[in-house]
Amino acid sequence: MAHLTPSGPGVVVVKPGMLTTVQDAGRWGLQARGVPVGGPMDGVSHRLANALVRNAPGAAGLEITLLGPELEFDDERVVAVAGAQFDLLLDGRTMPSNAPFIVSAGARLRFGARRVGARAYVAISGGIAVPPTLGSRATHLISGMGGVAGRALAAGDVLPLGEPTDVYGSVSMPQAAIVPLPDRHARVRVLPGPQTEYFSPDALEALQSAAYVIAPNSDRMGFRLEGPPLAHSRGADIISDATPLGVLQVPASGQPILLMADRQTAGGYPKIATVISADIPVAGQLGPGDTIAFAVCTMREAIAALIAQERALMAVEARHA
Amino acid sequence: MSTAYRIVPAGDSALIVEFEERIDPAVNAKTIACAEAIQGAAIAGVRDVVPTYRSVAVYFDPLRTDTDALLERIAHDAERAAPAARAAQTPIRIPVCYGGDLGPDLARVASFANLTEDDVIRLHSDATYRVFMLGFVPGFAYLGLVDQRIAMPRHATPRVRVPLGSVGIAGVQTGIYPAETPGGWQLIGRTPVKPFDPARADPFLMKAGDAVQFYAIDRAEYDREAAR
Repeated sequence: MAHLTPSGPGVVVVKPGMLTTVQDAGRWGLQARGVPVGGPMDGVSHRLANALVRNAPGAAGLEITLLGPELEFDDERVVAVAGAQFDLLLDGRTMPSNAPFIVSAGARLRFGARRVGARAYVAISGGIAVPPTLGSRATHLISGMGGVAGRALAAGDVLPLGEPTDVYGSVSMPQAAIVPLPDRHARVRVLPGPQTEYFSPDALEALQSAAYVIAPNSDRMGFRLEGPPLAHSRGADIISDATPLGVLQVPASGQPILLMADRQTAGGYPKIATVISADIPVAGQLGPGDTIAFAVCTMREAIAALIAQERALMAVEARHA
Repeated sequence: MSTAYRIVPAGDSALIVEFEERIDPAVNAKTIACAEAIQGAAIAGVRDVVPTYRSVAVYFDPLRTDTDALLERIAHDAERAAPAARAAQTPIRIPVCYGGDLGPDLARVASFANLTEDDVIRLHSDATYRVFMLGFVPGFAYLGLVDQRIAMPRHATPRVRVPLGSVGIAGVQTGIYPAETPGGWQLIGRTPVKPFDPARADPFLMKAGDAVQFYAIDRAEYDREAAR
């Protein structure tokens, strides 16, 4: 059902895929009012896709989960897909990931088999122009905000598109992926805290002792993990405080929950460690049944990894500007 | 006057300022004053400043922030954080239709407190509450402190669906559900006022530090207001 009737050109959702949502860089600045940030699970691939089609870094695109959609374009656009690797078929012709390609008016882009990674990002020149809610187009499913009526895409939806800066006729060679795509297992780095004192002295060791399995009831809010239990030293309740992206909160069960893009703004469980910013996109490429291992690193290492990632992104942005 | 606090990192992109570890209006006032000072400083690279009961989270982009200067600034503001000498705050007054099918747990709370339903309504609506923080869902305000006599703990098994506008009690906290969500609070009534409406000029009815009072309305008035 089409909830949006754009006057201009759009993209018709022929098949929605498993969980396809509109995402921009997130709804920042309102966490004090209880508004979750949201945004892409793998922000680096989201930004890479935008760079390849010459969009602004935070332009709204699609996040695709495990099973991709089929989309039909009203007018000619430049499109790029980054993140998880899928077979991409444009009117039956195979298209590369991590490279811009031109989609002509009336053409259909279909996602086929998924090869590696959990989430792919589609950027379309001009960006998706659904009306912003509280300053952002990011879909937040729990609060029903942003994107198309606050929900995942459905067949028949028409996504309005923005004015592209320019349509250009050249395509470039595929860009190397910036986030190393994990094949059903990833090792991510963490910094201890903010509440390590709530845990027994060996809990940080336990966290690093074996991989955790991502439980089936994991989603964009958080990954419920099953693995070595983490023992509390002062009980499992704290006075509710802020819950940053990538933090590992630990309820009474001792089994940690990794808080992801759609997390609530605050929570009442102690937090043992926080995944470094550079590795959050790697975690974002995992899904239920996959495994994740944690390793403590230093702040210096965390920042160096982030700088390397930023340099790689800026190089692509400069090349396509 | 200096104040007790510590600053701890949460990963590489957030710093948390923690004040005394208790739910206390004075500590919370200090927390909010500190958050307002940091927010007011408009530091380059800072993306969000989030006060909760007794701590402030400062989210920043580590590649676009002078982290040493930020740390210094936060310490400066935490050191001096004192409840703003505000003129007596005018409370936000919120109408509630208590009991009946709009407040299905009112009778339970009354029996928990060994009081009549009218007593519970009186105790709930006599108090002036403080908005300690917002969280859970957009616009959800944690209000306190509820009179100890009616401070009933939440349900062991949460309801799958709590209607928008439901007014609940969970221990010494009270609050209004701004959206239809699952929830375990004891529901004693419902308000026709929306705590959160993204289409409204100011989408949020409350912010941390506000004062709030509830007053009883009858079903006819509730229905009239809800229909508007």
